[in-house]
Amino acid sequence: MKVDKKIIVRVLAIVLSYALITFLLRMGLLNRQYTALLIPIGVNIMLAVSLNLVTGFLGELSLGHAGFMSIGAYAGALFSLHVEMPALPSILLAMVIGGVTAAVFGFLIGVPVLRLRGDYLAIVTLAFGEIIKSVLNALSFTNGARGLSKIPLNANYEHYTIVFIAVVITVLVIANVVDSRHGRAVCSVRDNYIAAESVGIHVSRFKILAFVIGAFFAGVAGAIYAHNVGIIKPTTFDYNQSIEILVIVVLGGMGSIKGSIIAAIILTALPEVLRGADDMRMLLYSIALIAMILINQSGFKEKLLERFHSGKKQKAGE
Amino acid sequence: MKKLLSMLLIAAMVLSMTACSSGTDAADDSSDAAAAEEGDTAEDAAEGSAEGGTFVIGGLGPLTGDAASYGISVMQGGQIAVDEINAAGGVQVGDATYMLELNFADDEASEDTVITAYNSLMDSGINALMGAVTSGACLAVIEQSSQDGILQITPSGSALGCTEYDNTFRLCFTDPLQGTTLADYAVDNLGASKIAVIYNNADEYSTGIMEAFVEEAEAKGAEIVANEAFVTGDVDFRTQLTSIKATDAELICVPAYYQDATYITQQAKDLEMDIPFIGSDGWDGVLGTVTDVTTVEGAVFLSPFLASDPAVADFVEAYEAAYNATPDQFAADGYDTVYVIKAAMEQAGSIESADLIAAMTEIQVDGVTGSVTFDATGEPNKAAKFVKIVNGEYTAME
Repeated sequence: MKVDKKIIVRVLAIVLSYALITFLLRMGLLNRQYTALLIPIGVNIMLAVSLNLVTGFLGELSLGHAGFMSIGAYAGALFSLHVEMPALPSILLAMVIGGVTAAVFGFLIGVPVLRLRGDYLAIVTLAFGEIIKSVLNALSFTNGARGLSKIPLNANYEHYTIVFIAVVITVLVIANVVDSRHGRAVCSVRDNYIAAESVGIHVSRFKILAFVIGAFFAGVAGAIYAHNVGIIKPTTFDYNQSIEILVIVVLGGMGSIKGSIIAAIILTALPEVLRGADDMRMLLYSIALIAMILINQSGFKEKLLERFHSGKKQKAGE
Repeated sequence: MKKLLSMLLIAAMVLSMTACSSGTDAADDSSDAAAAEEGDTAEDAAEGSAEGGTFVIGGLGPLTGDAASYGISVMQGGQIAVDEINAAGGVQVGDATYMLELNFADDEASEDTVITAYNSLMDSGINALMGAVTSGACLAVIEQSSQDGILQITPSGSALGCTEYDNTFRLCFTDPLQGTTLADYAVDNLGASKIAVIYNNADEYSTGIMEAFVEEAEAKGAEIVANEAFVTGDVDFRTQLTSIKATDAELICVPAYYQDATYITQQAKDLEMDIPFIGSDGWDGVLGTVTDVTTVEGAVFLSPFLASDPAVADFVEAYEAAYNATPDQFAADGYDTVYVIKAAMEQAGSIESADLIAAMTEIQVDGVTGSVTFDATGEPNKAAKFVKIVNGEYTAME
C-alpha cells in the first residue's frame, strides 16, 4: 500500500506542476523575465539531480560536472547544426546524442579515475573539466574560443514540454536507480567502502555505473542548455559552473533528490528575483545563500520536519 | 507529508515569481505581440501629452563578475550622455519632446543570464537597446531582439555575428576589422616585413583579431615568423618570447588585453628584446599597470578613444566629476551610443522601432570615438585611430 501511495503522490506532483506551468504560460501570468527562466531551472534541476547521484548517493565529490555538460552541449549542438530535420525529432536526437556522448566520456574517464577516492577524485575531476575546456578551445570543428553559435532554439520556452519531460525522466530514473538493488549497492559504497566490498559488492563497477548515469543526464542537460541559449563557448563550462551545480546539491542536501529540485529552482530564480536590488543584487544573493545553508544545517529545520513527521515513521531513502 | 511540504514550497516559489510579474502579456504567449503592444501603449501615452514623454534606453552589460568593469563603464558613459541630453531639454522628435532614461540590467557577461536580463527589460518597457557590452551575450540576445524588432546598438560587442539582423547595429570595430587595420598599419606605415604574433587562443576577441591580422599581413607580403599562443590567466610568456627572439621578427603584434600586454612587454625587456610592439584596443589602460613605462615605450595600439585628447575634454570632465574616474573606451562607446540613438530619433521623427532602424543609415554622429555613420548591415564607418606611447604618455597619431 505504501508503494502505491508513493506512486500516486509522484504522478500527482508531476501532473500538477506541468499543469501549473502550462496554466501560467497560457494565461500570460508569467512575465517574459520569468518565462525565460523556465528552461534554465529545468537544466539546473537535471544537473543537480544527476550530480547528486555521484556526490550524494555514491559519496564521491565530483568537480567535473560542467565538463560532461559541455560534452553534451557540443555534441547535441553539432548534431543540430549539421543535420537538417524538423524541430521535434532534431532536439530529441540532439538530447540523446548529447547524453550518450557524455556517458561514453564518463565511462572513459571513470574507469581509470574512480580508483581514486575523496579529495583525490575531486582534484582529478576538476582537472578533467579543465582538459575538456582546453580541448574544446583547441579543436577546429568546435570553432575554438568563439564556440558554436546559431544553434537552433529547439529547447527554448516554447518547447517547455520537451524539457519538462526530460526533467521528469531524469528525476524518475535517478530516483528509481537509487531505490533499486543497484542503487542500494551504490549507497553502501558511500556508507562503508570496506564492508561493501566484504559482502561481495563490486565497488568499482557500481562507482562507474553511478558516474556514467550522472554523466548521461548532465549531457542531456547540456544539450538542452545549448538549444535554449543558441550559443556555447568553452569558457561557459569552466569550474565555476561545476561549483554552481555543487552548491545546488549541497544546499538541497546530499542524497536528497527533492532537495536538489527545490534548491535548483530557488538558486536559479533568486538572482532574477533580486534584479530590483540593482547594485546589491549579487551581494544579497550571496547573503541569502549563506543564510539558507545555515538554516538548513541548524536545529530549526530539524524541529520543523519533526513536527511534520510526528507519529509517522521515517521512510527509508529520504 | 514531506512531499506535500515540498509541493507547497514549489507552489509558493512559483507564486512569488508571478507576484512580481506585471501580468501585461497577452493571453497567447507570443512575446513579440506583447512587446509591440507594450511599446504602443507607451507611445500612445507619450504622444497624448504635448510634452512628449520618456524614451527608455535599455542597457545590457556585466555589472558583476570578471567583466564588470566594461559594463559599468558603458553604463556610466551612457548615463553622462542621458543627463547631458536631458539637461539640454531632451530630444525633439517631430512635435514632441522626449526625455531619455537609461535602464541598465546586469547580464554578468553570460549568454544564459543575458536572456532573462533582456526579458526583464522588455517587461519593464524599453524603446531601444544599448548592448550587450560583451560579444557572447550580444550574440545570445540578438535572436530575441530581432523577433521583437527593437533597435539594438552594441557599444562594444565586436564579434562578427553581433550585427547579423536588420535591427542590430554596432558602434565599435569588429575583431577582424581591427586585425586588418593593424596589419595594414604594420606593413604600410611601419614597413614591417617579418612579424611575430602572441595571442590568447582561449579568447574569441584575441583569436578573431589574430586570424584577420595574419591573413592581411600575409596578403600584403609580410611574413609571420612566429605565431605564439597563450591562454587566459597566463602570467609567464618567456617561452613564447624566447622562441620569437630566435627569429628575426621586426615587430610583435599582441592582440590582447592590457593585463597580458603588461606581462609580455615587461618580460620582453627582461629578455633584452628590443622589438617594437603593436596592439589591439584592449591595450588601453596598459600605462596604469606597467611598473616600468619604458617597457611599453614606442608601442602603438588601436584605440577609438583617448581621454587626453582635447576634443573630448568636456566628456572627460563630466565623467570625472560624476564618477571620480577617467573614462575608458567603453565609457566613450556608451556615451556615443546614446547620442546615436538620439540622432536616430531626431532623424526618424518617430520613436517607432522600425522608423528608428530605418533612420540609422541616414545619420552621422560626431562622437567622442570619432565621426561615425552606419551602413545597412549594421557596421559603423569610422576612421581608425592609433595611439602611440611616447615618453610614458598616450599620444594620438594620425
